[in-house]
Amino acid sequence: MSINFNYWQARIGKPLIFALCLLPFLLLSFRLLNNQLGANPIEVFTRSNGEWGLRFLLITLSITPLKNILKQSWPMQYRRMLGLFAFFYVFIHLSSYLVLDQFFDWQEIWADIIKRPYITIGMSAFVLLIPLAVTSNRYMMKRLGRNWLRLHKLVYLIAILAVVHFFLLVKADFYWPTVYAVLLGLLFTFRLRKYCSLPLGK
Amino acid sequence: MLIKKPGDIKPSEITDESVYMRRREFMQTTAGLALLPFVKTASAKTEAALKHVKNKKFSTDEKLTDHASITSYNNFYEFGTDKTSPAKYADRLTTSPWSITIDGEVAKPGKYNLEDILKPHSLEERIYRLRCVERWSMVVPWIGFSLADLIKRFEPTSKARYVQFTTLYRPSEMPGQKRSVLEWPYVEGLRIDEAMNPLTFLAVGLYGKVMPKQNGAPIRLVVPWKYGYKSIKSIVRISFVQNEPPTSWNLSAPNEYGFFSNVNPEVDHPRWSQRKERRIGEFLRRDTQMFNGYGEQVASMYRGMDLRKYY
Ligand code: HEM
Repeated sequence: MSINFNYWQARIGKPLIFALCLLPFLLLSFRLLNNQLGANPIEVFTRSNGEWGLRFLLITLSITPLKNILKQSWPMQYRRMLGLFAFFYVFIHLSSYLVLDQFFDWQEIWADIIKRPYITIGMSAFVLLIPLAVTSNRYMMKRLGRNWLRLHKLVYLIAILAVVHFFLLVKADFYWPTVYAVLLGLLFTFRLRKYCSLPLGK
Repeated sequence: MLIKKPGDIKPSEITDESVYMRRREFMQTTAGLALLPFVKTASAKTEAALKHVKNKKFSTDEKLTDHASITSYNNFYEFGTDKTSPAKYADRLTTSPWSITIDGEVAKPGKYNLEDILKPHSLEERIYRLRCVERWSMVVPWIGFSLADLIKRFEPTSKARYVQFTTLYRPSEMPGQKRSVLEWPYVEGLRIDEAMNPLTFLAVGLYGKVMPKQNGAPIRLVVPWKYGYKSIKSIVRISFVQNEPPTSWNLSAPNEYGFFSNVNPEVDHPRWSQRKERRIGEFLRRDTQMFNGYGEQVASMYRGMDLRKYY
């Protein structure tokens, strides 16, 4: 039974989730190349990839609570892939800003990074994601030992920075940043409960 | 009557050929894109044609932004904060009957039917640049008349130093007003000399036809040297007042949006630079011009003012 399940997971589960995770990027790219993203395609492309980056951060953070709720370990199998997809979408988001939006106007880009808090914070979040992405493999996990866990706690800070980034760039409508802040808050309460070793849902 | 039914004039009589062809081209290339609901709503509707003359003196000869973009990419928070919401939801708006209240420091106050407001004015086309505070811009062929001509008819008194404009408040037809993203109704204002400037325009149409609802039907302001949000849409009240009137974006974030809001590449928005803009339809950003390129006509009104302080 359990052998079957592992087999299913490796052969079908993982490729399926991988394809699903890639789908938003493929659709957005297809629509960008075919001029189907409306009047300001660069804005839509940049923003949508940013939003997917944030969504994947939150999805990644919900894996451990999911494992605890289901009392099953299989969700953990997908955590690394989901985390790497978060990095992937943020990377596309940043590249879209650098290449499509600013077109390598380094002077403007640098001015943005130091002068605009929302860019400063977004950039910090991206820079902090790099070591997590680089150490997301079994070799690094073994090598870093307990420090690996410590390092990867950074993901909470990154998620907070990403939500703050969203709040700071909005003109007047705080609806979506608020939704993401609430979701992140919920994920945090799950963690805190575990830390205080309160029983979960019992 | 000014407003003719679609059958009265052939569109080709009033829209110049190349525009007409471009529109056809657009319809052809987008025919298969059922994926995009907003393009469909924008192009499927045909507004009635408006009789007008072209005012070359007040028009730029830059390439027009295509009709589909102008009517599908809008900031009109009364219908939602997404750029595509106005094109989706503005259909619900009843624009006829429509009346405008004119009050304050004026000899002939009253509530006037839109027809009576429009009757004495002949319409002209002016092709203006439009610069949004969000760093995108368009070139729009507006149809309308000079605001100064309207103001003169109602004879403001010497106490009228400012003009305040108010947008319709009707949450039943304007779903965006059900959330307090901004204070409703939307209000805007101009100093009287700005309102009387020959460039300041009241538009009732674009691309030769009656104003699409998502663009501010039935009547809106166009102030081409100021950021787009000054050009208030769907106007129901024009008040002549002594003191600087409140304006919606200034109420929402006073450190970001001033009363004047003149396009100025030297004065950054606190959260982004205003030096460059993306013309819709173009890839590379272009430099933003002082007063959006209308300095010759308007700079003298601000002589001696510190434009960093009065942003
Ligand atoms: C963890 C990293 C990041 C995440 C999760 C993230 C997420 C987001 C989200 C959710 C939005 C709003 C999308 C919307 O309005 O629908 C956004 C917008 C934006 N982000 Fe990021 N972002 C990150 C890093 C960055 C970086 C490194 C940059 C550039 C240096 C950047 C530049 C921008 C810009 C310019 C916008 C606004 C686009 C516009 O106004 O057109 N972001 N981001």
